[in-house]
Amino acid sequence: MLRFILSRLLQAIPVIFIVITATFFLVRAAPGGPFDAEKVVLPEVKRALEAQYRLDLPLHEQYFAYLADLAQGELGPSFKYPGRSVNEILFSGLPVTAELGFYALLIALVIGVTAGVFASLKPNTRQDYIPMSLAMIGICMPSFLLGPLLVLVFGIYLEWLPISGWGAIPGDKILPSITLGAAYAAYVARLSRAGMLEILSQDYIRTARAKGLPEWLVVVKHALRGGLIPVIAFLGPAFAGLLAGSFVVETIFQIPGLGRFYVQAAFNRDYTMILGTTVFLSSLIVLFNLLSDVAAAWLNPRLRSQFSGGSR
Amino acid sequence: MIYRLNSRFHPRNLITLLAMALLLGCGAGESNVASGNRDGILHYGNGAEPQGLDPHVVTGVPENHLIRALFEGLAVKNPITLEPEPGVAERWEFSEEGRVITFYLNPEARWSNGEQVSASDYVWSWNRALHPETGNLYAYMLYPVENAEGYAKGEIKDFSEVGVKALDDTTLQVTLNTPTPYFIQLMDHYSTFAVHPETLLKFGKMTDRFTPWTRVGNIVSNGAFVLTDWALNRHIKMAKSDLYWDRNRVSLNGVVFYPTENVVSEERMFRVEQLHYTQVVPLDKIPVYRELDNTPYIQAPYLGTYYYLVNTDRPPVDNVKVRQALSMAVDRDKLVRSVLQQTAVPAYSITPPNTLGYYPPRVFDYDPERARALLAEAGYPEGEGWPGLEIIYNTQEAHRKIAVAIQQMWKSELNIDITIANQEWKVYLNSVSQRDFQVARRGWIGDYVDANNFLDLFITDGGNNNTGFADPVYDDLILQRAPRAQTREDRYALFEQAETMLMEQMPIIPIYTYTSKHLIHPSVEGIYPNLMDSLNLKYVRLRTEPTLPEDLR
Repeated sequence: MLRFILSRLLQAIPVIFIVITATFFLVRAAPGGPFDAEKVVLPEVKRALEAQYRLDLPLHEQYFAYLADLAQGELGPSFKYPGRSVNEILFSGLPVTAELGFYALLIALVIGVTAGVFASLKPNTRQDYIPMSLAMIGICMPSFLLGPLLVLVFGIYLEWLPISGWGAIPGDKILPSITLGAAYAAYVARLSRAGMLEILSQDYIRTARAKGLPEWLVVVKHALRGGLIPVIAFLGPAFAGLLAGSFVVETIFQIPGLGRFYVQAAFNRDYTMILGTTVFLSSLIVLFNLLSDVAAAWLNPRLRSQFSGGSR
Repeated sequence: MIYRLNSRFHPRNLITLLAMALLLGCGAGESNVASGNRDGILHYGNGAEPQGLDPHVVTGVPENHLIRALFEGLAVKNPITLEPEPGVAERWEFSEEGRVITFYLNPEARWSNGEQVSASDYVWSWNRALHPETGNLYAYMLYPVENAEGYAKGEIKDFSEVGVKALDDTTLQVTLNTPTPYFIQLMDHYSTFAVHPETLLKFGKMTDRFTPWTRVGNIVSNGAFVLTDWALNRHIKMAKSDLYWDRNRVSLNGVVFYPTENVVSEERMFRVEQLHYTQVVPLDKIPVYRELDNTPYIQAPYLGTYYYLVNTDRPPVDNVKVRQALSMAVDRDKLVRSVLQQTAVPAYSITPPNTLGYYPPRVFDYDPERARALLAEAGYPEGEGWPGLEIIYNTQEAHRKIAVAIQQMWKSELNIDITIANQEWKVYLNSVSQRDFQVARRGWIGDYVDANNFLDLFITDGGNNNTGFADPVYDDLILQRAPRAQTREDRYALFEQAETMLMEQMPIIPIYTYTSKHLIHPSVEGIYPNLMDSLNLKYVRLRTEPTLPEDLR
């Protein structure tokens, strides 16, 4: 198992290196620069700015200088927010986005697994069709539609919940978490239904039923563990996706997270910020993929035996 | 092991956890407006997260609001008349025909650490603002000062040659290149503000951009408010300063600025009384707000013009008759009525009307007949032989709607085909500065209330000209004759002459004059609509009484 993890970590290094290099040169190739503004920047001012940000050096020297900084964990100063380093901005947004992602995932799991298991127990009946149709709607409904709808109903007409902010007014975390979690809940529902259907047709389930175990115990104790493997495998990429993709929800609800910086950095040509967020998020994606693979392996006895045999 | 794994994914546990997470502190509280009115705290929607608070480093509208709350210039704008009134300087005198200005600083003006604001702080700060290594985008605001431009370009190395001297602690003498009637106005622009030298030097060199001197606890400022909290992308909080010289006039105990990038969310926040003031109003909501009695919607003309740049070197718009025809075929009244919901004023020139008493000449009108005739004279009768024309704009729904409307007007009036193309912001900026376009959408917001700020865009090879328009007579009017005019009337007459030339040559097609649009809670007093959309928070008061109209809910 340790060898598996180590080798996956080693594989990640070239992946992230390629991501850095590609991002570095791609953003430089994009037309326009960080100092282009509607009101023209005087040439003397532009020169001074470029010198302050090392942009006056040849591109390859900038690249190696960036790598050298990166090796020390320095992501550089932001172009858009002078006086703030990219590290600082990332670490101010990360806890918020991570918390939002965590709640969203929790909601996705609770609703998704419940609906999926429920549907799988009586396939191709109303009990199956209704939650699965809802799940289909959930997948199709974009968060920029669901978010404002929830705000209108629960925030403005019913006045039950705050409509913006994060941790400023009690209850302001509810609507964004639901908005972000809804689409993932739908995915989880479909995955867990499929997983459960497969498991419920297995021989060992039939054995359990034949032993006279009550149906709920069969489902919870025997079927769920195998049935949820696809969901577990999905969780790693899903959480990474939630972190990177929370931009829309963060914008709708004015949440001070990472997603807004990530997308706006690209529009602003904030070179260091684009690189910093990309490097950071790609590392997270690699890490979460690894974690979910490990978890799935642990849950699946067949895979687990492979590892303990050391036969990878 | 098996049991533990099972229990971790047991739905019951998850449900409990989830319920706990979501119900924590759930429940309705007092609105920001209610608590703010009671405690004297203004909740202010400020558009975007500011780049920062360093007056010589950052640019932008949200930054302007914050910096002008924390700092004060030598002179400030009266929010009603926009005429300059005392700030750090109690009074000022002109001598040598307006070329030398002596500012007498208020001896009561204090930095927030208790030190007196002295004339030498200004000399130091202007050195910083102009220094070639600072990279101040607004360095040119001080170019009217003698030798300032040469110093900023590195041609002059010694700052003592620049025309700013501290005669004593409270006397600052400024020598200008030529008399500059709007110079006092510039003293309310943050790029000319003083910063506290020792504070900056504590964190780095004078010209450093990246130091943390503007952070809470570090910053020393001289305005009506002091910085108390800055949570990135959440809020910036300020409290009334106990040391500000005019503190008795300040009614607010504090201000909370919110980054409200999403205009739709901002409007919703206003509706549930989380904000007293919004930076903008979504266009589709405006008709609803207009219908209300005692509407919180406030609209006022704004010192900015929306226009199309024309590249005078690219056919077919290299022909002046084609440019005139295009401009005359735009029905601006209709555009403002239908597309813009009456939130703009049709424009027939670059300078907005009533720019401190200046009204631009009306050189042309909407005249499709004449437009067709001009197009025929240019060799395209009834649009025959038209080679095509492209309008570019930066990707935004509002610009697209206008471009589509104008495309249709030109098609129906002139029978010519136009293509429209959107470009991502930085790509668009690049196209404009490289002059890689035929017609491009453009807007200009004035930095100070003076026609010069609009007309000097089009001097030969001006950085923001981008049209290829070049006329030595025009340059002479703007650069030589207008600054030397003896009276305001003479000066405005010269501007009128220049603007007439511009509108006859038509390197730009003016479309509309901007308006400022805000939602202001009825409990707020002392926010006056004006051409600069300029707000001086020291005049703002909060009452507890009036509430939002009921129909809003």
